[in-house]
This record gives sequence, structure tokens and C-alpha cells, in this order.
Amino acid sequence: MSHDPAEMSEDDERPPPADRGRAEYADQVLENVLENVLVFLTCRRDRNSVSLVCKSWCRAEALTRSELFIGNCYAVSPARATERFERVRSVALKGKPRFADFSLLPPDWGAHFAPWASAMAGAYPGLEKVYLKRMSVTDEDLAVLARSFPRFKELALVCCEGFGTSGLAVVANHCRQLRVLDLIESEVTDDEVDWISFFPDGGTSLESLIFDCVECPINFDALERLVARSSSLKKLRLNRYISIGQLYRLMIRAPQLTHLGTGSFSPSEIVQQGDQEPDYASAFAACRSLVCLSGFREIIPDYLPAIYPVCANLTSLNFSYANINAAQLRSVISRCHKLQILWVLDSICDEGLQAVAATCKDLRELRVFPIDAMENNEGPVSDVGFLAIAEGCRKLQSILYFCQQMTNAAVVAMSNNCPDLMVFRLCIIPRYRADRITGEPMDEGFGAIVKNCKKLTRLAVSGLLTDRAFSYFGQYGKLVQTLSVAFNGDSDMGLKYVLEGCSSLQKLEIRDSPFGDSALLSGLHHYYNMRFLWMSSCRVTRRGCREIARQMPGLVVEVFSWNNNAQDRGEENDIVETLYMYRSLARRVDAPKYVEIL
Amino acid sequence: MEGYSPRLLDLIPKEREWLVQRDEEERKHGASEEKKLELRLGPPGQEEDWTRKNNSTRKINDERSLFSLGYFPNVGQNTNTNTFMIQAQKAQFQLQPTTTPQGLSVMGKESSQSCSTKVADLQNAAEKKMAFSPAPAANTAGPNSSQKRTAPGPVVGWPPIRSFRKNLAGTSSSKPQPESQSVVPNKVSSENPVDSCPKGLFVKINMDGVPIGRKVDLKAYESYDKLASAVDELFRGLLAAQMDSSAGRIQNKQESEKAITGLLDGSGEYTLVYEDNEGDRMLVGDVPWHMFVSTVKRLRVLKSSELSTLRLNSKQEKVPLGADMR
Repeated sequence: MSHDPAEMSEDDERPPPADRGRAEYADQVLENVLENVLVFLTCRRDRNSVSLVCKSWCRAEALTRSELFIGNCYAVSPARATERFERVRSVALKGKPRFADFSLLPPDWGAHFAPWASAMAGAYPGLEKVYLKRMSVTDEDLAVLARSFPRFKELALVCCEGFGTSGLAVVANHCRQLRVLDLIESEVTDDEVDWISFFPDGGTSLESLIFDCVECPINFDALERLVARSSSLKKLRLNRYISIGQLYRLMIRAPQLTHLGTGSFSPSEIVQQGDQEPDYASAFAACRSLVCLSGFREIIPDYLPAIYPVCANLTSLNFSYANINAAQLRSVISRCHKLQILWVLDSICDEGLQAVAATCKDLRELRVFPIDAMENNEGPVSDVGFLAIAEGCRKLQSILYFCQQMTNAAVVAMSNNCPDLMVFRLCIIPRYRADRITGEPMDEGFGAIVKNCKKLTRLAVSGLLTDRAFSYFGQYGKLVQTLSVAFNGDSDMGLKYVLEGCSSLQKLEIRDSPFGDSALLSGLHHYYNMRFLWMSSCRVTRRGCREIARQMPGLVVEVFSWNNNAQDRGEENDIVETLYMYRSLARRVDAPKYVEIL
Repeated sequence: MEGYSPRLLDLIPKEREWLVQRDEEERKHGASEEKKLELRLGPPGQEEDWTRKNNSTRKINDERSLFSLGYFPNVGQNTNTNTFMIQAQKAQFQLQPTTTPQGLSVMGKESSQSCSTKVADLQNAAEKKMAFSPAPAANTAGPNSSQKRTAPGPVVGWPPIRSFRKNLAGTSSSKPQPESQSVVPNKVSSENPVDSCPKGLFVKINMDGVPIGRKVDLKAYESYDKLASAVDELFRGLLAAQMDSSAGRIQNKQESEKAITGLLDGSGEYTLVYEDNEGDRMLVGDVPWHMFVSTVKRLRVLKSSELSTLRLNSKQEKVPLGADMR
């Protein structure tokens, strides 16, 4: 065709009928070409940009998008999403705000999967993958999934609740092409259903079976048979009801595993000296492809040597349930030269962290969880271990560190030594705690992180912080997307600095900090760019929240009140307990009574 | 802004907290705030006179921060006298457990601190009916005093650790164990707010032919008839769905559902039975309702044809569902 589409669109006159037919044909060709090209575009941000070019590009993009990601399930209605995107094969949905993990969200708040399940059941018969995070999922929802999608292959439920082993049984039984069943940090009720037995007889396509969070006993014989007939199984994470003897039996049936969650890692009965025990080390040695090890839910450290044969190849090690000391950790970690991801308990002490720093030069991600979550004067890990990591693990990209004491100097050192840091989450457990040595606020330390770590996208702060720290965040934190604040700051200025300075901010969660209406209103220019803002136990009033709602109709402004009485919501000057607001194309229709939408 | 240097407002004996104000200007305000707090708050157990109407002074009229900190003395552990251990405390709240946050009284902790965020907290406490049970103090900031102060309790959601990561101390031991490790170790499992709520009485209920079990709140019904109709509602849809699946069709619309009737009198296709606290399987409806509620542990909806086998044995062992369903 010799027609130039651009020319045609600018032509106001109607072309004669013959030409019009050719014009439409040209459009159609273009759209087909576009679709064939867009199929290769996988990054959703790129796709969002593409869809903004013009209507026909938007249509073409919508027809070719096969992976749908919805970061806030209340940002759009299921109907609208399924109308726009017709050929989706994979859906990822996120529901509750993260502070729900810490009991700050009242129960039954929402994030129900049910309306999405039923919308997708009608719209996406070819659906293959579902990923849900912090959603409320019922057994019925799982039944809908199992019944409605004959090609269903992958289900991942992360931090979800509301379902039980009954629902798992339905999925196991009906989804004959199931490759992935991943239950991660979810609450699964024990309906006393032997769900493992519900997998079909004969070979399965299972590649990943993760159920370490399921807090109920498993029919081991059925599991063993399942593993034996799942030749593609690469990832298996067992729950704490699996003893080390049972682990052994599973491992010798599945030496091809790459990811293993070891279950309890202790025997189910008393083991006397001299008892005949299997050669656990040989079972590990046989798993030549093992790169990721986790579990150790009730570890008896005497059995640790069993994992020595795999240490040299390990890239990921999760000891975050293992109450082991420094020496015990060292015996393992000294062999793990390739380690990139390490999760531990602070039982390993500063000394254990020093051992990590000495060996794990390739470490990218470190998480140190506290055994004792109480506020104390001292704890097993401190700025000493933190500094060791800063000096030893220069490639660090992500750190989550719980401690009782910290110094600015150690944090500054990490900011200088670890330029690749993208995620910095430091939790000094005692609130308002200052620098251990100088007694100063932790402003300079956290300030150095935002200033020196040029790739920083996620920041969580703690300890004694004044508004100055926030001025640093605003000044230097240009790439920060997620910021978590708790018991910090002096005044509204703190929040203002952040809202005015952090131009990439998408998720802001704040609790127990003295930020009020004036600060809240200083972010009006930015709220449409954000996924959400959470403020609980701060100083914003109903009046301030209402003002936001008035000025920004594209936001849903949720305020939680503690009585269900619609008439007695409280006065305008009252401080609001929780404010949760987010951009949205939909109104919530399922809000519980204590949620007031302004 | 310079580095932070605390100034002591008031040195109070060891058992009480040290109150610190940030600068002179705020001193007075803080002091009066502190006084108000001291007057208002009593030890848990006293009615807390903290209604929203009384909060007029606490409404935010100006934006100036009333930030001040409460200090707790080190109990001889920290020898660095230049550093103050700052441990802010939060008011402790008491909860009448309920699934909906209403009708609860808030009791402030008397170990007050003039922290402005605490002021906000306490204000919010009146509106916020949340609670947690106090844990024994790891540090001793005043609980041993003659004044009735509760131990510093944990703050809701702080530190930010998920519940299944808590209570990990003491999960490790060496090989020769004094007592046998049962298959079900004694650990705090993840919270299930529904189960721990004493106001409701949730029992599991399973139905023959339906792998999906449910839970019912017996407190919501006052009679067997209401329970029976609730069971009908609960399982009608699931039963229909199950029939479809077992017939090999994939349906995603609701099929015509048959009502489940005659649960209590043996006249229907299904009968309601329950397991009591002694493990016996009993027909639902034989004993007075309140007695039933107090002894029932779980419910089952059985095919009436299966009942005759039941009646032969007075004590039934629980048959694993896996075997049933196959």
C-alpha cells in the first residue's frame, strides 16, 4: 500500500468509498503488524508506555498483554480489567497493605479474591498462572480456580489467608497440569483433609511444591509416592512436620532438586547414642544441583554436618528458623563461597556475622531476624556485626537487619562500602534509640545511605530520627520508591521533605510519627503517582483527609474508625487512627463498616 | 540543626521514668501535658476517663510538635553514662476479644511519658480498640515499684516481624533428648483470630462428598432448626459443584441446587451428627441446645444410609477423610 497512515488521519475530508476501504485495511494491517511486534514486549512498564501512544496502540497492546499485574486489587475493578485485557494467561494480584502483616489492619478489611476469581472464570478460559499476595482467599475461590481453568498450571499464594487444606485438596485433584503449587508465608487452616493424597495417580507435571508454612501434619507416605512420581520436581519445601528421617527418604527419591526446604531437620523420636541412622550427608551429596536450602524448623545442630557436601554450590541459605550459635554457623558458612542470599537469626551473634563477612564475598542479600523481639539494652547482634558485613560483603544489594543497638558510623560505613545497595531496611528494635556511642540521632547514618547509595529504591528506617533525616531523604532519595517510617520525626516538616523531594515515591507507610494535616496536604502534587499512602497513629485529622478526598477524586481515601456507627464517625478535628489512601479507577463496594471512605 | 542533646526536666526516683523535654519553650507545655497525663491515667483496671469529648486540649490546634521523650533508667547494665537509653513506652490496652472492634474500653497505662506521639497514641487509643496481652518485661523499667505499674508491654506490630517468626527461642537442642519430641512440637502456631475469639464458638463442619470443610459459629444460632438451615445454605452450593465435578463436567455456573433437608430427623438424604468432647459421635438434636453447644467439638453431615453403621458402635474412631473420599 502506498498510503501513508499519518497522512490519512490528518485528512479531514472523507475519502471516497474505495479509498476508505483501503484506509481501513491499512489500519488493520498496521494493527496486526503491531500486535505481532508487541507480543515480544514483556516488561509491563514498557507496555504501559506503549498503550499511551494512541488508541490503536492501546488496543493492540491490550490484545497482546498476556501477563496482568495489578499492584493494588482495589485500584481497578475486575470487570474493567477483564474488559480491557482479553487474552490474559497470567495474573498477579496484590491486596492488603504491608502493615497488615503486623496486625495494624483490622480483620476482614478486604482484599477478597472472590470477585476476581469469578470475573476471570468468565473472561480467561486459558488462564494458566495466578500469583496472589496478601489477598483473602477462600476454599471456594480455590474451587473456582480449579474448575474454571482447564490449562491451569501455576498457583502461588504469598501472605494469604482464608483457605485451608480443603481448598488445597480441590486444586491438587482438579488441576491436572499443575506445575507449581507455592504456599509462602500464608495461613492455612487445618481442615484435617489429606490434601497430598488428592494429587492424581500417575505421573505429575509438578516442578515446584512449597508448603513450609502449612501448619498441619502431612500424610508422609502419600507425599513420598507423590515425589517419586514427579520426575520434574525441582523445588520442594517441606513443613516442620517432616522429620529428618522422612527428609532422607524424600531426598533419595529426588536427587534432581534445586531448591530444598528441609522441614524440621530433627528426628521424630528420641535418638539414642549408637542408634542406626541413615547417612544424611550422602543424601545431600547426591543432590548435585542443589543451590537453595531452607527449613531447619526445629533444628538439632548435631545434624548440620549433613549439609556440608552441598555448601560449595549454595547460592541461597535460609537459617531464619534455626537457633544456632556462631560456631555452628561458621562450620557451615565457611564452606559457602558462592552464597548470595542469607537469612539468619541473630542467635549467631556479631561473631557469626563476622564469619559471614569473611567468606561470603558474593553476598547480595542478608536478612537478620531477632529471636527475642523485646526492646532490650543489648542484643546478640549490633553495629559490630553490621560493620563487619559492610566491610566484607561489598556487593550487598539488599539488607534487613534487626538489632538493639546501632551507630551512625557503622551505617555510614555501609553506605560507602556497598554502592550497589537497593534495599536498606534497618530496624533498631527499641523505639527512639539513639547512636549507641555518641548518643546522637541516627540522622547522619540514614542520610549517608540515601546520599551514597545511588541505586537505593527501598528504605525502612528506625531509631531516633529528627526532621533532618527526612530532609536528607527528600534531598537525596530521588530513586526511592518505597519508604517505611515508624516512631520517627519531629514535625510536619519531616513528611513534607519526603513528599516534596522523593520524586519516585510510590509506597509510603508511616506509623506513630508526628505528621499532621499540613504535611499531608503538601503531597497533593504527587499522590496520583503513588500506589498508596498509609498513616496510622499519626496526627492527621478527619478534616485533613476529607480535604485530600475533595481535591483528588482519583484517590480512594479510607479512614478507619473504631465504631461501626455511621452516624457517630467523629468530629472533623479528631485525629484519625488510620489513613489508607490509594489511586483508583474504582470505588470500593465491599468495605467493612469500620472503614469510612471520604 | 545540631546534634541532639537531651536536657533533663525532672529526675524522678528510679522506679519511675525519667522525663525529658527537648527545649525550654516546650518545657512548660510538656510539663502541664505530663501532669494531665499523670492525673488521667491510672493502672489498668481503672476506668479510663478518656473519651473523645475530653480530648479538646488534645486536638491539634497548632502544628508545633510536642515531642518529648520518656527515659527509663538503665538497670545498671549500661556503663556509658553519657548515653541515655531511650525507651518510649506505649499505653497498654485491654481488650474484650471480639472479631469486630467495638464496645471495648481502653485503659491507659499509668507509666506515662510526655511523648507527643504518645499523646497522639493515647488519643488514638480512645478511638482505637486494639489490644495485646502484656508480656513480661525483659527490661525492668519500673515494674518493681510499689506503685501499681504494669510491666512495659509490647507495642502492637512492633518490631515489624510476622507472627510466625516469633517464639523461636528454645527450638533447638542437642541430640540426646530428655523427653521425646512429638510429631506435633509444642510451638506457638500462627494466630488465627477467629479461633481465639471467645465470643464466637466456631466448630468445623464437613460433609460427605464435599472435600471443602467449613466453620460455623454456633453462637450465631439459638436452636437446632437454625443450625440445620444454616448447614443447608452452607453446603448446598458446594454439594452441587461437587456432583458436577465428579460427573466429569467442568461447570462454572451454578447448577440447580437441591436443598438439604431432614438433617435432624433422619428423613433426609443427609443427617447431621457431631463429635463431643469425649470423642463420641452423636446425633444432633438429642440433648438440649445449650448442652450441645457446650460439648460439641465438630460437626459432620453424613449420608443417612451410613448411619446404621454408626449406631452399632457407641464410640467411633475418626476415620481419616482421605480414606473416606477415595
